[in-house]
Amino acid sequence: MISLNLISGRTIQQGVAMEAGKEKPAYTDACGIIEMDPSDFKKLGAWRNTNVRVTSPYGTVVVKAIEATQGPHPGLGWIPMGPWANAIVDPNTYSTGMPTFKGVPITVEVAMNEPILGSIELVQKLCRGE
Amino acid sequence: MTKAVTDVICPFCGTLCDDLEVMVSDDGKKILEVYNACAIGAEKFLHSQSKDRVTRPRMQQADGTYKEVSYDEAVEYTAQMLTSSKKPLMYGWSSTSCEAQSMGYEVAETVGAILDNTATVCHGSSLIAIQDVGIPSCTLGEVKNRADTVIFWGCNPSHAHPRHMSRYSIFPRGMFMGKGQKSRKMIVVDPRNTDTAKMADVHLQLEQGRDYELLSALRVAIRGEPLPDVVAGISKEKIYEAANLMKEARFGIIFFGMGVTQTLGKNHNIDIAIMLTKDLNEYTKFSIIAMRGHYNVTGSGAVMGWQFGFPFATDLSRGFARYNPGETTSNDLLRRDEVDSVFVIGSDPGAHFPISSVKKISRLPSVAVDPHITPTTEVCKLHVPVAFVGVEVGGCCYRMDNVPIESRKVVEPPEGMLTDTEFLTKVRDRVNQIKGV
Repeated sequence: MISLNLISGRTIQQGVAMEAGKEKPAYTDACGIIEMDPSDFKKLGAWRNTNVRVTSPYGTVVVKAIEATQGPHPGLGWIPMGPWANAIVDPNTYSTGMPTFKGVPITVEVAMNEPILGSIELVQKLCRGE
Repeated sequence: MTKAVTDVICPFCGTLCDDLEVMVSDDGKKILEVYNACAIGAEKFLHSQSKDRVTRPRMQQADGTYKEVSYDEAVEYTAQMLTSSKKPLMYGWSSTSCEAQSMGYEVAETVGAILDNTATVCHGSSLIAIQDVGIPSCTLGEVKNRADTVIFWGCNPSHAHPRHMSRYSIFPRGMFMGKGQKSRKMIVVDPRNTDTAKMADVHLQLEQGRDYELLSALRVAIRGEPLPDVVAGISKEKIYEAANLMKEARFGIIFFGMGVTQTLGKNHNIDIAIMLTKDLNEYTKFSIIAMRGHYNVTGSGAVMGWQFGFPFATDLSRGFARYNPGETTSNDLLRRDEVDSVFVIGSDPGAHFPISSVKKISRLPSVAVDPHITPTTEVCKLHVPVAFVGVEVGGCCYRMDNVPIESRKVVEPPEGMLTDTEFLTKVRDRVNQIKGV
């Protein structure tokens, strides 16, 4: 298990997949990921493209770990904006109305056999409190 | 035969490109090809043609399945929900036209709702900062024609506003920028080595969340005062280099994005970025522009501004407009259980709000008005599909620099489908009937 600092935001793949339909598998491929630095892969002892469980004080979610496309950024994790990132971001707004989407302390552990849920399934499941 | 529709407005991001060409079939019903758009814009036009599109309102049943209902039933449910609620939240508004926004805000005033737009999770912090310290700004046309120093702070236009750099900020040849990219210096501030940062003359790869320190250090450097050796992970030499580049500019521009608005510090980060811009105006001409996300989030703020005086988070539940970010903002209201129904239009809080807020939406009476199937429509009680603004119906939209641009209709919507404005007009009429207004 390793600790990282999580940020989220747009990627072009996220934008295209979002406009093509958030219920489609392409959206999961674009956003159900975490981009990590090669040095963090080494620390975690994981292969590229392994499913990992990402946990923050606010929630937990399973995503696929891939190598940083816009790196290097050791110590920083990147999940594109979408339901997977929002399952674990810091919802506190500190009286500004804006949740703290960037700078969330997370831990990452290998979860080889856990499935990555699609966007609709993930949100519905979390809403039911499962 | 096909025909080309030219000068089409792209309804995706705040850059609001106005040079798209769309090939449509002879009967004007089908989009065949989209030219000049970025990958995301093209996908938006083409997705409107998909076969599996929902064309009639759907009501969620107790077992989680959906039952098709008529638009009249959808209007009735929406009107009853809004009028019977003590404090409904009407959220979204950023992916629809100003005409629809204006109509929706009228409904909100009648039922005493809280109006909030997507700025609440986007540039809400910037709006607070602008109210605190003002904003020296300009239009993207001025950037294209004059800006010789361009700073992207906490934004990644290569991914989020794909044609921003080619249309306005870096590549185009402008009136005084005859050599395009060669006449401009580019500074990028981002904790990642983004695709935008890779093109920059100077990349300040700061430690995540230390934007305030770095902005403050730049203000110090511009005044020629001494700095500590390292600020926010950047050496002082690099900070002085960036500060000198800024001072030497003939016309400089700062574009800023979610990197500053969503990290801790929030409005104070923007506050000091604006003050840096002010400081630079002692030496040269400098402006600052927010990289707005949705194509008409700027418009929703403008319309709310001229109807009620506030750009987002407007509480109309007391019969007059109140504004207090942190109290009347969507996420705070939802998390504190302060609203008793939710109406969503032209946005997707299901995917883009923290899950704790989405959970609250799923437990309330709720309506989602959206052409797509999204996590929001799948947790709301009623999904009302509508025509795509900018594709199947025209309407006014505001670019990120507050320039209004009239979007164009390219094809017909599927038969019998309502537009946002038509649906909201029906809701308003029914609400007025119930309220006896």
